[in-house]
Amino acid sequence: MINIALPKGRLGEKVYQILEQAGYPCPAIREENRKLVFENPAAGVRYFWVKPSDVAIYVERAAADIGIAGKDILLEYQPEVYELADLGVGTCRMCVAGKKGVRDRRDQTLRVATKFPKIAKSYYSAQSRDIDIIKLHGSIELAPLLGLSDVIVDIVETGKTLLENDLEVKETIVPISARLIANRVSYKFKHPEITQLCRQVDEYCRQT
Amino acid sequence: MRQLHSEQVVQELRKLYRQYGYIQYKMSKFEPYDLYVRNKSFLVSEDILTFTDADGRLMALKPDVTLSIVKNAKEGQGLQKVYYSENVYRTSHMTKGFREIMQTGLECVGDIDLVATGEVLLLAAKSLERISSDYLLDVSHLGFAAGLLDSAGVEESCRGQLLKLMGAKNVSALGGLCRELGLDPEASEDLCQLTALYGPPVELLPLLDEMVRDERMAEALTELKAVCALIPEGRLRLDFSIVNDMDYYSGIIFRGYLPGLPSGVLSGGRYDNLLRQMGRGDGAIGFAVYLNLLERLEGTQAGYDADILLLYDDKTPAPAVLREAENCRRAGQSVRVERHRPEGLSFRMVRKVG
Repeated sequence: MINIALPKGRLGEKVYQILEQAGYPCPAIREENRKLVFENPAAGVRYFWVKPSDVAIYVERAAADIGIAGKDILLEYQPEVYELADLGVGTCRMCVAGKKGVRDRRDQTLRVATKFPKIAKSYYSAQSRDIDIIKLHGSIELAPLLGLSDVIVDIVETGKTLLENDLEVKETIVPISARLIANRVSYKFKHPEITQLCRQVDEYCRQT
Repeated sequence: MRQLHSEQVVQELRKLYRQYGYIQYKMSKFEPYDLYVRNKSFLVSEDILTFTDADGRLMALKPDVTLSIVKNAKEGQGLQKVYYSENVYRTSHMTKGFREIMQTGLECVGDIDLVATGEVLLLAAKSLERISSDYLLDVSHLGFAAGLLDSAGVEESCRGQLLKLMGAKNVSALGGLCRELGLDPEASEDLCQLTALYGPPVELLPLLDEMVRDERMAEALTELKAVCALIPEGRLRLDFSIVNDMDYYSGIIFRGYLPGLPSGVLSGGRYDNLLRQMGRGDGAIGFAVYLNLLERLEGTQAGYDADILLLYDDKTPAPAVLREAENCRRAGQSVRVERHRPEGLSFRMVRKVG
């Protein structure tokens, strides 16, 4: 039996569809109830929904054998897991964004609001830039509008929120997509099952 | 599967190492900070807990035992075989903050040959077997991986990035980076294949034959084959995604895993490069077992605090109480004697004396 942590939300739905099509269906997951864990012994899988940013923790600590997490989460938390496949869904970019037309002033400490302090820090320290990180948990776009920060480091999918708030992408840090990750010990003890799953998922992703 | 307490495991491991003629190495809780700061990247975690000694010297609560053993091992006096069982103080990636970690291990310092290497690996396998017969021992050879990286034309500055991707078995990103760096395409493909490999030596060794490009890789493969032949094969796996810091490690490296634990419990390898950095010409190999993880294995047993709770009151004579309790214990059960039922504890059986 493989334990799979799925990220709650739109990405998770998409990812479950991939797994379902790749030969790991679990009809119980579609039923509307308050259950947290869904099992399909015939396919050898047990699914559960967790908060997207927690997927890496569940996998690192072996509560889940494998999981699907965005590259943003992996870069931010640097969990000790195997990154086995790029599912090519949930694609977006990690960007620096700020108010339209505002000049980047290098003579001041840059104030950066973000949900991803580690990514922001390593991006700017590679440029030897001194920054002031303001860690926020949501509505990051608000920060530059109210003068809380000069720029934000955040995920940009379509850029619509930025556009409507008179913000623009200044730089792209790294492209993001959903990755299949595995616990390092589970990978060894459930090697045939996990590699089989990876192969089937990979094949399915390639077809579409 | 036989379940052991971590204290029992320590006892068993000590006995095992003594059987092989290893001598116990005892050290104090703290050492001068200097030793550790000079070899900081050898340590598993770079954070060190420091304090000032009475004479103003900066001391450190030991984050590691190996460095101290190597420092004190005399060169040119044959092999020094020691084992230890000590608490070390480190931060862990998962928890942040310092933790006391119980660590047992052994080191063999001196002129290391195939016999010494084989013996250490055998002891690693036996150590794991003492805890659980379902263990896995993963082996890799850094000389082989390093040879492949060199023949692909990797520059020193990019090595770290490639090794990190190898460590995460991230084959697609590894392939991408190889292309980006303009590495030799054939060697890059082998590098990706090597990273993805996992399995018993019988299956994988033939695949490795085809990857050999130079003298160094051929030598590494010969050594790997020779070592694999010395250890019981059933629980042995090859995994080239184990990549330790090449500034310290060289040659054979290995990790041990037990089912049901989130990370590896045993880690070791050949670390000649550390000795070279300390100005010595000989070699060393050793491993450590992280015993703090074993508590997790014990979680499956002991649903009760004691088998029997024996209750008595003022009317029962003391000798009768003690005699009855003793009788039960002789039958192999744990017995707690009390006047009243204690709160918060659970027992398989509760009864009155008589």
